[in-house]
Amino acid sequence: MTETHSALPLKNNEQYTLNFGPQHPAAHGVLRLVLELDGEVIERADPHIGFLHRGTEKLIEHKTYTQAIPYFDRLDYVSPMCQEHAFALAVEKLLGIVAPLRAQYIRVLFSEITRILNHILNVTTFALDVGAMTPFLWGFEEREILLGFYERVSGARFHANYFRPGGVSLDLPKGLLEDILDFVKKFPKFLEDTENVLTENRIFKGRTVDIGCINGTDALLWGFSGPNLRASGVPWDLRKSQPYDVYERMIFDIPIGEKGDCYDRYLVRMEEMRQSLRIIDQCVQNMPEGPIMVENHKITPPKRADMKVDMASMIQHFKLYSEGYHVPPGETYTVVEAPKGEFGVFLISDGTNKPYRCKIRAPGFAALQATNFLSKGHMIADLTAIIGSLDIVFGEIDR
Amino acid sequence: MDSKNSQYQTFLAYIQENWGQNILESSFEKEEISVRVTAESLLNAVVFLKENPNCLCQCLMDIAGVDYPERERRFDVVYQFLSLKHNLRVRLKVGVFENEIVPSLTEFYPSANWWEREVWDLYGIPFGGHPDLRRILTDYGFENHPLRKDFPLTGFLEVRYDEAQKRVVYEPVKLDQAYRDFDFLSPWEGPLASCEKED
Repeated sequence: MTETHSALPLKNNEQYTLNFGPQHPAAHGVLRLVLELDGEVIERADPHIGFLHRGTEKLIEHKTYTQAIPYFDRLDYVSPMCQEHAFALAVEKLLGIVAPLRAQYIRVLFSEITRILNHILNVTTFALDVGAMTPFLWGFEEREILLGFYERVSGARFHANYFRPGGVSLDLPKGLLEDILDFVKKFPKFLEDTENVLTENRIFKGRTVDIGCINGTDALLWGFSGPNLRASGVPWDLRKSQPYDVYERMIFDIPIGEKGDCYDRYLVRMEEMRQSLRIIDQCVQNMPEGPIMVENHKITPPKRADMKVDMASMIQHFKLYSEGYHVPPGETYTVVEAPKGEFGVFLISDGTNKPYRCKIRAPGFAALQATNFLSKGHMIADLTAIIGSLDIVFGEIDR
Repeated sequence: MDSKNSQYQTFLAYIQENWGQNILESSFEKEEISVRVTAESLLNAVVFLKENPNCLCQCLMDIAGVDYPERERRFDVVYQFLSLKHNLRVRLKVGVFENEIVPSLTEFYPSANWWEREVWDLYGIPFGGHPDLRRILTDYGFENHPLRKDFPLTGFLEVRYDEAQKRVVYEPVKLDQAYRDFDFLSPWEGPLASCEKED
């Protein structure tokens, strides 16, 4: 919307400071922005964050490894399982264990379900921010189905606490895979409908095309990752370049954008949902039989039936849920391609049952940091589009 | 995976050769490169990682602080670099004394800005040359640095809305029950025991 800038009558003394948030529907949570404006044009945006700071990293230092997993659900609360995945992989790396094949397939399957869950929320609320309400209502219907899968597999709709170091906590219930396949068949209809409403929509394009552009070089320097980076034309996806679990067996494509504006970020996310469907389909088709957890009962709980008759299992169960397991000294920075980008866990173990340090690298933190860079020179109304397109969730930014 | 390993090993040898005395410690474990450098050589090392054609680490993915109260150089600042060109990750570490100023990387990587603010906020490590070193995650007017090991988990102040004064007030933390830190650590089981069984 650069051409409209000159149309505005700018007077010299029209500069003022505006407070935006922390309670504002377009702030996607608790973002406070202090905006320096010249008329309606943003000269500087200073985000204030930390309103949702819960000291997750400090808390994890005081809990055992098993007790730390639920905190990861509560970071980015729209894509819980991907973050558990990062922590589970980090602990597995330190322990020197590898999850059984079936568990790896289940984890990839649910990581992709999580990605769709996240992208539905982001794309539809983004559309809501720029004035389209309908996709939001459609999207939540689909999310409900996906959350149903979450519930059936873990017992919880949001905070699943499902992935564990060494595998997953429970096996898939009967009939779930068929229902997921059914969803894979029906979901493209939603994508088509949404694209019909948004992609060529004049209002939507007017609000997003050429808004908040960032080129590939700048995006890298600002620490962008995930869809935000790919929208700038950088073909970088950790699922391809540094594959973990069974991602290297999956066949899928990586969509990239051109200009790195809000519109490209939207298009990339829409296509990523299609690719996720392909991965889900492959996971379901090739799901192997076998154990879902490492059979080392110093790390994973023994079977309930064994505990009734076997003294050793009984003791192991008790020790596992009181003391937890010991992790050999060492450190690792383990990353996964979370729906928002590179989600990393820098884990230092000192050989005891609690992490010495657990630094969480939140992708949204880097994206939000660039708000000032992206919004400079834009109108204040464009700011909501920029924030919406960056896919920001404060659970992970404030930690 | 073997080609990846040999790539990492060649790269580590290349760094060791070029940085020489400035490396205090380097390791290649669990497919990750970790290099500890002296605080004086940090900026040189960063420029090398960013500009050298064999590194080309355009991305600074993360900065973390770590507190070791028993050490003389109490804190570690840990940088995670990523090179898209070579598909390579490098971890750079610097040990610093309390109140020692670490040079800021904002000049080279704009993304360092907030991460350094976070380390300053949570650990109290000051960064020299940082354009805007304010607190970032904690409350306005917060004192202390909460992620230091000597900061209690429950903190010092709690917040509530006071009906009489019609505003939010800060008071010292009052707990009905003191925080209980159960120490389940078994004295007879070595730290490595859980894994040795596996082999």
